[in-house]
Amino acid sequence: MNKKPEKTPMREQDITERIKNFSEVPLGYSEQEAHREAERCLQCSHKPCESGCPVEVPIPDFIAALRDGNYEKAARAMLKKNYLPAICGRVCPQAEQCEARCVLGKQHEPVAIGRLERFLGDWIMEQEEDFRESPLNPEKNKDTAFRAAVVGSGPAGLTCAAELAAFGCRVTIFEAFHEAGGVLKYGIPEFRLPGEVVSREVEAIAGQGVEIKTNCIIGKTLTIDELFDQDFDTVFIGSGAGLPRFLNIPGENLAGVYTANEFLTRINLMKAFKFPEYKTPVRLGNRVAVVGGGNVAMDAARSAKRLDTEKVYLIYRRTEEYMPARREEIEHAREEGIEFMVLNSPRRIIGKEGQVRAVECIEMELGEEDDSGRPRPVPKPGSEWTLEIDNVIVAIGQTPNPLLAQNTPDLKTEEWGGIKVDDRLETTRSGVFAGGDAVTGTATVIQAMGAGKKAAQSMIEYMKNS
Amino acid sequence: MNEIKRKKSLAPGVTLLEIEAPLIADKARPGNFLILRVNEKGERIPLTIADYDRQAGTITIIFQEVGYTTKLLGSLNEGESLMDVAGPLGSHLEIKGYEKVVCVGGGSGVALLYPEVKAFSRQDSEVITITGARTRNLVILEEELRELSERLYVCTDDGTLGHEGFVTDVLQDILNEEQDIDLVVAIGPVVMMQAVAEMTEKKRIKTIVSLNSLMVDGTGMCGGCRVTVDGEVKFTCIDGPSFDAHKVDFDELSNRLSYYRDYEEMLADEDYKAGDSDE
Repeated sequence: MNKKPEKTPMREQDITERIKNFSEVPLGYSEQEAHREAERCLQCSHKPCESGCPVEVPIPDFIAALRDGNYEKAARAMLKKNYLPAICGRVCPQAEQCEARCVLGKQHEPVAIGRLERFLGDWIMEQEEDFRESPLNPEKNKDTAFRAAVVGSGPAGLTCAAELAAFGCRVTIFEAFHEAGGVLKYGIPEFRLPGEVVSREVEAIAGQGVEIKTNCIIGKTLTIDELFDQDFDTVFIGSGAGLPRFLNIPGENLAGVYTANEFLTRINLMKAFKFPEYKTPVRLGNRVAVVGGGNVAMDAARSAKRLDTEKVYLIYRRTEEYMPARREEIEHAREEGIEFMVLNSPRRIIGKEGQVRAVECIEMELGEEDDSGRPRPVPKPGSEWTLEIDNVIVAIGQTPNPLLAQNTPDLKTEEWGGIKVDDRLETTRSGVFAGGDAVTGTATVIQAMGAGKKAAQSMIEYMKNS
Repeated sequence: MNEIKRKKSLAPGVTLLEIEAPLIADKARPGNFLILRVNEKGERIPLTIADYDRQAGTITIIFQEVGYTTKLLGSLNEGESLMDVAGPLGSHLEIKGYEKVVCVGGGSGVALLYPEVKAFSRQDSEVITITGARTRNLVILEEELRELSERLYVCTDDGTLGHEGFVTDVLQDILNEEQDIDLVVAIGPVVMMQAVAEMTEKKRIKTIVSLNSLMVDGTGMCGGCRVTVDGEVKFTCIDGPSFDAHKVDFDELSNRLSYYRDYEEMLADEDYKAGDSDE
């Protein structure tokens, strides 16, 4: 068969336009484009792509159905394994997972699995019909009378809830914020994952009979003990990694220094980019420095670019190839004019009258491999230099939010804050399971979903046996 | 949910709302705060929980209408509901074991001081209250505080009511004359809290300030409310809002608070009723 060597390109918003708005950058495939791309799939019988997926999406099956124009069949195949395809198609690191194992990718570009998943996810959202069925319990909506509480409505919580609901369990999700979606809502910007897409996939899960209680902070409004008192049989904690990490350098508390969490929450959840129509502002000067090299750093830099700034710098201590961000996000950031200051690390933030005026950096060079398998950045003595800026956005990762663990006796955590679990994802407290960033620290959406799914299976076993 | 059960005007521009929120009422303790959002496009603002009634399942907030959101909040009537109320947040204030307490409030901080005065007075502490305002018309909660306090001193900058001058003048006199004060609580503008802290530090009297840092989520996520206390970074939302006044870096707090002042003023000029059209 004669396969096109390149992925079918996806149309994108023009660069000069998109840096003035928060609308989505990639515009999605048309039916023809999706069909053309689906035809590139070799339909390998050993399905290496599937083994690269943390939730085991039946990739060749859904692509074959798309190729044949049988969207319903594709939808059913997808929704057996992945409850959030429109989200995953947009934010999964496909390049390191499914697409990295694509056989076609050995000689050419791999099949654009992510783009096809997005196409299918968007198609599903347009349909009236519900294609979801349970792999665990084929008798849809059978009520087992089991009750489960899910703490957090991010990717881990949503997936866990959907899996439990499909089994026939009555599920209530408790969300601290006023809207469901967790990091998908407060963290990832509109131009990468529109809030509307998140809301619709959340609604689809709610449509499975999952109740969502917002403004309810477990550990404060209600405790885990009280959830059991309310006759929940089991609890899943998917409270994410909400605690920002700091650089711990002088000047970090000057006005004008944001954590990525604050900056992005103002913009995404509170819609500061629509101020004053929406009442939460975000203040930026003309020159902004973002510190970090992950997806959150790219999101922060690209958001800053869209807020009428002159210069947005990205300060990263290794080189571009070691940035943990998705390649696509790095490319988009570059295209949009973000200035990369790699091999640099901030030493101190310099203020004037209490506000940020400059950041002093030191140049780095790459040394021996460290625990992360990447070369350790080593400061070059005497190479300090100063960059004049008005804001610093610190995007160097988050650790799990300690609020819940602090207020829950018997829930043990690792020294760095992660909730301790066994290989079934049960915590040190019987009947309480945990997964996602609350356990691992900052990771990907799909890893959190994989954990939510796995925990749900353990919870089902737990409920059956108790 | 979040229905306004009772509304009472305490002074021009100072309003009390009793709101249905049974889960929060059940857990609330003195010193806790909540985060509320009036409507879809509204900001999340933190407010001290002034009172709670576990039986009735209600919580009470008291606020001065100083900005866009507090004005909008003050325009709501009984029977209307707030879109979102979350809490209780923050650490509670330890109110037991103090025989004689001086509570100092300035400006809109007086509204926030009221629940603390009430809490200490319920503990049978002897409470001396000092409030400050620019001028007579801005003096709030005079009667309420007089009722709860052993003594109340009202100060106005222009002398139109009570003592002419600052709350710190009165506090200084009290500190000089009375040696048996166990605790001073100060809530108000940063300069006032800082001045109080400096005075009481000399006398080695334990002093607590309640900080009104800017925050978004209120659960330790955004870090916007960070403040340096005793050389360590603390989050007002989790570790506070009450801190040892002698250890707070007030200059830093003041800088961080002023960062959004222009935006607050911009919104304050906007007609808050115009925002209701989408509801």
